[in-house]
Amino acid sequence: MIRSRRVTTAIAAALLIVMGAGSVFLLRRVDQLRTGATLEEVLYISSPKLLKKASLGYSGLLADIYWTRAVQYYGGTFHAGGGRYQLLWPLLNITTELDPHIIPAYQYGATFLAPKPPNGAGTPDKAVELVEYGIKNNPDDWHLYEDLGFIYYSNLKDYAKASEAFLRGSKRPYAHPFLKILAAQMAQHGGELETARTLWTAVYQTSHDKYILANAAAHLRAVQADMDVTELERLAEVYRQRTGRFPVSFAEMNTAGLLRGIPLDPLGNPYKLTSTGHVLLRKPDDLPFVAKGLPPDYLAPRVPKIQPTD
Amino acid sequence: MNTRILHIATNTFREAVRDRVLYNLIAFALLLTGAAVLIGQISIDIEKLVVINLGLTAVSLFGIVIAIFIGIGLVSKEIDKRTLYTVLSRPVRRWEFIAGKFFGLAGTLIVNAFLMAIGVFAALLYVSRHFAVSDSSLLSALYFIVLQFVIITALALFFSAFSSPLLSAVFTFSLFVIGTFSEDLRGFAGITHGISRVLATGAAYVVPNFSALNMINQVAHGGAISSQLVVYNTAYALVYSGAVLCAAVLIFERRNLK
Repeated sequence: MIRSRRVTTAIAAALLIVMGAGSVFLLRRVDQLRTGATLEEVLYISSPKLLKKASLGYSGLLADIYWTRAVQYYGGTFHAGGGRYQLLWPLLNITTELDPHIIPAYQYGATFLAPKPPNGAGTPDKAVELVEYGIKNNPDDWHLYEDLGFIYYSNLKDYAKASEAFLRGSKRPYAHPFLKILAAQMAQHGGELETARTLWTAVYQTSHDKYILANAAAHLRAVQADMDVTELERLAEVYRQRTGRFPVSFAEMNTAGLLRGIPLDPLGNPYKLTSTGHVLLRKPDDLPFVAKGLPPDYLAPRVPKIQPTD
Repeated sequence: MNTRILHIATNTFREAVRDRVLYNLIAFALLLTGAAVLIGQISIDIEKLVVINLGLTAVSLFGIVIAIFIGIGLVSKEIDKRTLYTVLSRPVRRWEFIAGKFFGLAGTLIVNAFLMAIGVFAALLYVSRHFAVSDSSLLSALYFIVLQFVIITALALFFSAFSSPLLSAVFTFSLFVIGTFSEDLRGFAGITHGISRVLATGAAYVVPNFSALNMINQVAHGGAISSQLVVYNTAYALVYSGAVLCAAVLIFERRNLK
């Protein structure tokens, strides 16, 4: 009797292991056949109001789950080569309707929605709508006005509205003093590189998130490189006006008293001077977001190469 | 509390512990630990929010499930096992039996909620490294959850006094769901006319108001809960539960147990 029980136990244990492993294997095969189906199924309930009612009062936890879904969806789509991010807006809409006070969903959600593909959904109007909804529900959070101004400045190039957003934010309780400076600078010198530097410096100084810090540092380096290239090309033009030709090297510009030493980009690489007086970056991949100094046939990498925060 | 009620309450508590009700704490601990460790890796900037939302939601749902599934069997199980006759053959009044069962289960849920609350605060300390002043409002939200348990225990006991366990579970859970929509029901009453208005208003006041007792979202974002709300919610939960218990006693007193 005891022996028979032992045999049964051994067979049952062996079957448990085999069938358990088999079910995992089969589920993986099913997942391969139904790529992306899981998330779409979640959106079969696309009405935030219905979801809120169905949550039986536990909408906060549901909002956290949807926010995590949005992050995973953005990350997954981005690493798969970008795309249209079709589900991003519905996911963010549901998240913020379920919990209108979930500030990270507005702040990060706007940075997912606003940039052009592949870095974002390329829908700055939706990003504005999201942040405005956040402001409506959290009117005293000055960070949201900063984000709104940023979208107008960076993605929509609407400097008047950016200035207005910064100004609105500067009037909120405990608002950072730089919002007033940004509002004024944006109104007067919206498209200038110095304005961009002020803006990214403000972001760098006020954020505690390592990804935002790294992004701001990359933008600051890009702004510095753009300013360097602009200035070096101006000096090359000065040289041409004096001598009738462009300098062949920075050493010639040194000799002419226009420069001191060999100019280096923010990562310490020397700039390259062309025979037509243009200044190029030696390693443009290392300086994402630069607008100047790029070789004519240059194609930026799909995923920007962000350096660790300084 | 008289000693007979106290004895029944103590035995109800012991029975629940013997039924391994507190085993849910293990599942709760695993859930919170997993969330605290994992969420930081798969989401952005909501670690503390998740610990609070998940912790308080779990405290609430675990407690509600326990209240329903134990509450519905409090009377019927005693009848099925014929232990009720032994109890009632002693100098114990029927209302004392109902009250003892109520206090026993409510006590079990309070102990359970207290242990879970320690878990929530421990997880909170783990993710945020320190407590903020606003975290104290979590205590108010936890207290409101306990008030929910008190009402649900009374409802489960009420249905258990005259119905089968299965139907009692269905009725109690349905009332819990309807209770979360009680404010909508009142809003609906406000836009209707005539007899519909009377019926909707009546229904809105008869069903328990659970939405006013769910402050999880508010405290998750550091919102304070006014002391006035604490007083009124406490009074409401006690008065409502008292009314339901009175109804349970009325039915149980008249029930033919032969």
